[in-house]
Amino acid sequence: MIDKKRRSRLYEKLFSVMGLIITLLAVAVLLTLIVDVLMDGASRLNWQFLTSYPSRRPGKAGILSAWVGTVWVMVLTGMMAFPIGVAAATYLEEYARKNWLTDLIEINIANLAGVPSIIYGLLGLVIFVRWMDLEQSVLAGAMTLSMLVLPIIILSARESLRTIPFTVREASYALGASKWQTIRNQVLPAAMPGILTGTILAMSRAIGETAPLIVVGALTYVAFLPTPPISLEPPYFSLEGLSDPFSVLPIQIFNWVSRPQKGFSVNAAAAILVLLFITFAMNGIAVYLRYRYQKKLRW
Amino acid sequence: MKYILKHILLTFILFILLADQGWAKRALVKIDGSSTVFPITEAVAEDFQAQNRKTRVTIGVSGTGGGFKKFCKGEIDIANASRPIKPSEVKQCAGNKVEYIELPVSYDGIAVVVNPRNNWVKALTVKELKKLWEPEAKHKITHWNQVRSSWPKKEIHLYGPGIDSGTFDYFTEAIVGESGASRGDFTASEDDNVLVQGISTDLNALGFFGVAYYEYNKDRLKLVPIDDEKKENGNGPILPGYDNILKGIYQPLARPIFIYVRKKSANRVEIQKFIAFYMTQGGELSKEVGYIALPDRAYDLAHKRFQKRMTGSIFGGKGAQVGVKVEELLEKKGK
Repeated sequence: MIDKKRRSRLYEKLFSVMGLIITLLAVAVLLTLIVDVLMDGASRLNWQFLTSYPSRRPGKAGILSAWVGTVWVMVLTGMMAFPIGVAAATYLEEYARKNWLTDLIEINIANLAGVPSIIYGLLGLVIFVRWMDLEQSVLAGAMTLSMLVLPIIILSARESLRTIPFTVREASYALGASKWQTIRNQVLPAAMPGILTGTILAMSRAIGETAPLIVVGALTYVAFLPTPPISLEPPYFSLEGLSDPFSVLPIQIFNWVSRPQKGFSVNAAAAILVLLFITFAMNGIAVYLRYRYQKKLRW
Repeated sequence: MKYILKHILLTFILFILLADQGWAKRALVKIDGSSTVFPITEAVAEDFQAQNRKTRVTIGVSGTGGGFKKFCKGEIDIANASRPIKPSEVKQCAGNKVEYIELPVSYDGIAVVVNPRNNWVKALTVKELKKLWEPEAKHKITHWNQVRSSWPKKEIHLYGPGIDSGTFDYFTEAIVGESGASRGDFTASEDDNVLVQGISTDLNALGFFGVAYYEYNKDRLKLVPIDDEKKENGNGPILPGYDNILKGIYQPLARPIFIYVRKKSANRVEIQKFIAFYMTQGGELSKEVGYIALPDRAYDLAHKRFQKRMTGSIFGGKGAQVGVKVEELLEKKGK
């Protein structure tokens, strides 16, 4: 009896040590990759690199159109996918009656989260580029990526809505709040940290996508920036930037990696660092927002 | 929370409204297609835009086939192509009433390379390459001495570009005699740098890819001269050097690469300017990025072809053809 207890304790210890080793291993691999890229690319990272357009000369080439394209597409994707995703999750979790239709929708969303990204690219090509005639524009790219991230956002948002205890809702009703007021003022703010985490995970997946964007028509060589939405000259506000052609960092990196000149692989490493930085910055914003929502929470 | 939500919602509604409206057209030159032609077109676009700041040139890389697909739908102005247009694509273009002007822009040689420590291979004949690469060789021709009996009885490891690439299409057409026919048991990669890496670390390796990749990795690879055993293409084994490709004696592994211009787009001033720039500066620029420029006369002839709006392919729309001298073809068909 005692022996058995001792043995199971031993196993427990072994398991936790194993878990620790595996975690450290994963971190070590990640660190090695980052250090390797840093060693290759850090020297190339300078102002010129960030403010130049692509060029045939590795030393003159830069990623201006690529990183602006990536940021622009991600902002648009977030602006479209986040509200739709949260709204869909709220409906499914708070309003929808449980019947075969909602079951079907649920199964579909779960399956869509696992569909390969190239399929979304083809869908985007047919619906947005050809049928809606958006051509190879930033908007078409962002809408395609929105479809890609939506299932993940919906799933994680539902998950975090589910963690809000039912007592919170009852307390709100008891004070005379309507259903909408309860969701708006109690449930959603409380679930926001979790929703944001899920959103950021989904966006981090989207930022590295190349295949669907190439299908939709993202370009490899673009030597101009999209029209800015706000300008100092009339008409001050312009939406033309949505219809401009664009490129993104992963495509630029892929192109440089497969070129024969050594200088281009150094450029690719530097571009990877910029892509990593943008991803980390996005994560940083999410962490900050999460922190703010958590602080506000007082029951 | 309240304000953020409201703003997000408003912007979103704006987008929906916008999605329905027509988009303003700009002075754009839209190009897409082969990754092999990309470096040349990129160089041309770079210098062209430095002089013509108001014109915007965009280049995508969706492969020769992908480029033609968009081209024949009328979605782009110019298609980069590492082989002449194929019958199926001719049909597609005709179906959408897209007429095209074919312009050769450079030669690309395919280099056959081995590991630098390989001391037995001094040259290869086309017959030997065929024996090695044809579909029947699969799991059969596995050792060097099976290719030439004087070579050691060591395993042979093959490396080549993926089956989607124009280079693979051309190599199989030129060596095996049928586009796409090849043994399947070789290490394939869409990224030629991976092939370079593989061959440079494997003593028993043999592989092929564009000459540019050899040029930039000379210290890590050994170039193999090729003998096609035809007197008219020079005696003995021949290296894919600049002169040999230009003289047309590095056969059958040298090929012209192209751009295709949509005839309807050719009416636009910015396209005319771009093509004029391409046909005058393209030679110098293609050398700079590691390709073999055509003789000056070929660019002149091609430019005339464009100015006369002569549509169709000088290859008769039959796809890849082996062993052609562009300027002779242009001259013959230019009348």
